[in-house]
Amino acid sequence: MSAKPYGVIAEFSTPGDLLRAAQKVRETGYSKWDVYSPFPIHGIDKLMGLKNSLVGWVALGGGAFMFLNIVFLIWFSNDFDYPMIVGGKPMFSAPMTFVPAYIMLIMGGALGALIGMLGINQLPRLHHPLLDHKRFALASRDKFMLVIGAQDEKFNVTTTTQLLESLGGANVEIVEDKE
Amino acid sequence: MSDSVTNLEELKKLAPPAELQRAPVVEGNKGLGWLTDKLSVFAEGQTPLWWKFFFAIAAFCATVIFPICLFYQVFTGVGVWGNNHPVMWGLDIVNFIWWVGVAHAGTLISALLFLTKQHWRTTIGRMAEAMTVFSVMMAGLYPAIHVGRAWFDWFMFPIPNSNGLWPQFKSPLMWDVFAVNTYLVVSSAFWFMGMIPDFAIFRDRATTRVRKGIFSFLAMGWTGSARQWHHYEKAYVVLCGLCTLLVFTVSSIVGLDFCTSQIAGWHATIFPLYFVIGAVFCGFGMMLVLLVPLRKWCGLENIITLSHMDKVAKLALVAGLIIDYIYAMEFFIAWYSGDTYERWVFGHRLFGHTYLYLGWMLIGINVLVTQLLWIKKIRSSMWALFIIGILINIGMWCERFVIVVGSLYQEFLPANWGKYMPTIWDIGLYIGTLGAFFMLYLLFVKFLPMIAIQEVKGVMPEADPHHPLGGSKKGGQS
Repeated sequence: MSAKPYGVIAEFSTPGDLLRAAQKVRETGYSKWDVYSPFPIHGIDKLMGLKNSLVGWVALGGGAFMFLNIVFLIWFSNDFDYPMIVGGKPMFSAPMTFVPAYIMLIMGGALGALIGMLGINQLPRLHHPLLDHKRFALASRDKFMLVIGAQDEKFNVTTTTQLLESLGGANVEIVEDKE
Repeated sequence: MSDSVTNLEELKKLAPPAELQRAPVVEGNKGLGWLTDKLSVFAEGQTPLWWKFFFAIAAFCATVIFPICLFYQVFTGVGVWGNNHPVMWGLDIVNFIWWVGVAHAGTLISALLFLTKQHWRTTIGRMAEAMTVFSVMMAGLYPAIHVGRAWFDWFMFPIPNSNGLWPQFKSPLMWDVFAVNTYLVVSSAFWFMGMIPDFAIFRDRATTRVRKGIFSFLAMGWTGSARQWHHYEKAYVVLCGLCTLLVFTVSSIVGLDFCTSQIAGWHATIFPLYFVIGAVFCGFGMMLVLLVPLRKWCGLENIITLSHMDKVAKLALVAGLIIDYIYAMEFFIAWYSGDTYERWVFGHRLFGHTYLYLGWMLIGINVLVTQLLWIKKIRSSMWALFIIGILINIGMWCERFVIVVGSLYQEFLPANWGKYMPTIWDIGLYIGTLGAFFMLYLLFVKFLPMIAIQEVKGVMPEADPHHPLGGSKKGGQS
């Protein structure tokens, strides 16, 4: 239960400052760092080298799964298990499955997007070391935080702190991981 | 700091003349911190008197009138309503379509305007989504009790059962079950996902333990890291796209319920489009009714600006004009078809006897009153918008009534003619659902982030790293 460092946090007051600092941090060679902001910042994904999010594929998977399922269900229930003639229509045909299948595709896609987003972000989670840090609450208000993780190979409490201070970060502090 | 000031002045010189500039999303913006305070203060502060007053009325309708009417009907039978041969679809279906309609504008505002990158939608999007979720709840109730034996509702779902029965998917009524349920689930998911970062804001601002606990639970550990935002934005775009598809699906399917039948007045291919546009029009009316008082009483006049109200009114006008076109088309096709029964039904909408006043209200409101929105003075008068909003809702309710009852009460054979009058149980149930809707809405306004705080902050100039206020350096380099 000893308090080991989770990382070093620095605070910036504009997204522009944060972007410039993030650029430098990347150029210095750090890899395990992240920025925390009240809203998504334009251009940060590119700078951090984030690849296209997988959420879209999860949504597609969810949609396709529901689509195929409902088509199967309609075939099974209306043609195989309980065939019933209605207005001389065929027992099973593409047009009759279209509307329910289309709707269930939307349902699957939407739930896939939500669950995929939460899953990839590892949410819900009960605890995060940053949420204990007293100034971190400002990251949802008007401050922009840059955190360099202690897991990083180049991480060193003194040099990392110095680097963040030299980049103009305010209140550079060590965040502790109390787990 | 001096850098940004000079930059700002240079920027002003380069800016286009005032009349060509876009209205700012937020007026009198004093920075991101100020905005956060401003947008969360209503949910955190004292409950105002007006809220308690309206909540008491809405809660009375929702918890006294509503259950009485509901239980009396369920325990006694559909006979307590005015529904009887030949009008088997009465106020229950009228209200079902009306509530589904109210829902649609909410999704349209929040999803379609997001895809078209309209920044002003951020201020009213959340309120619109809440309107959608609550009105779909109200809509879904009606078909469930209209079946007469509510305890057999599970027959509508494909559940394996010992009778060996399955629902039959060739009927649009079956598609309705899927459409309405999907609409509820998807719009709730969309609404909830938009609120996660705002729950985190409330969590970080919480001063009491209980508040902190509740919002920590709802925010699910959201930290707002760039990686989280990256996936979040992707998921949001996907959800917006899917919600936009739903806007055009749910009411179309309700329209299909009508146009697949043989009844004169229903059997028209224009119905799916007709219902979608009518729904959107009605929803914009409801949006005006909700926004006008709330922006004043919640102190949001700088956030939901006159320019935003103007845009909502313009969208209502567009939907209204399409509706007018469809009315004209409907009457024209009825005449042009040469079909005696079609001509009879449409003639009797305006020149019949029993329901002609509803037909004229429909024309008077949806065609004539809507034209007032062309006038800029009316679009900038909140009183006028509020009254027009209420009138649009009444007008669309009349339209639903005229379509449903007006086509049924005089069928093909005079032996099948009859009259329909709603009973107090019909009306009580409608009042009950209205009460439940407003009760839920007031609870939402008071306890949840009623404006998408993170989205509004995200479209401020301070949020743009290439804007002087966002910290760009001189010369536009960030």
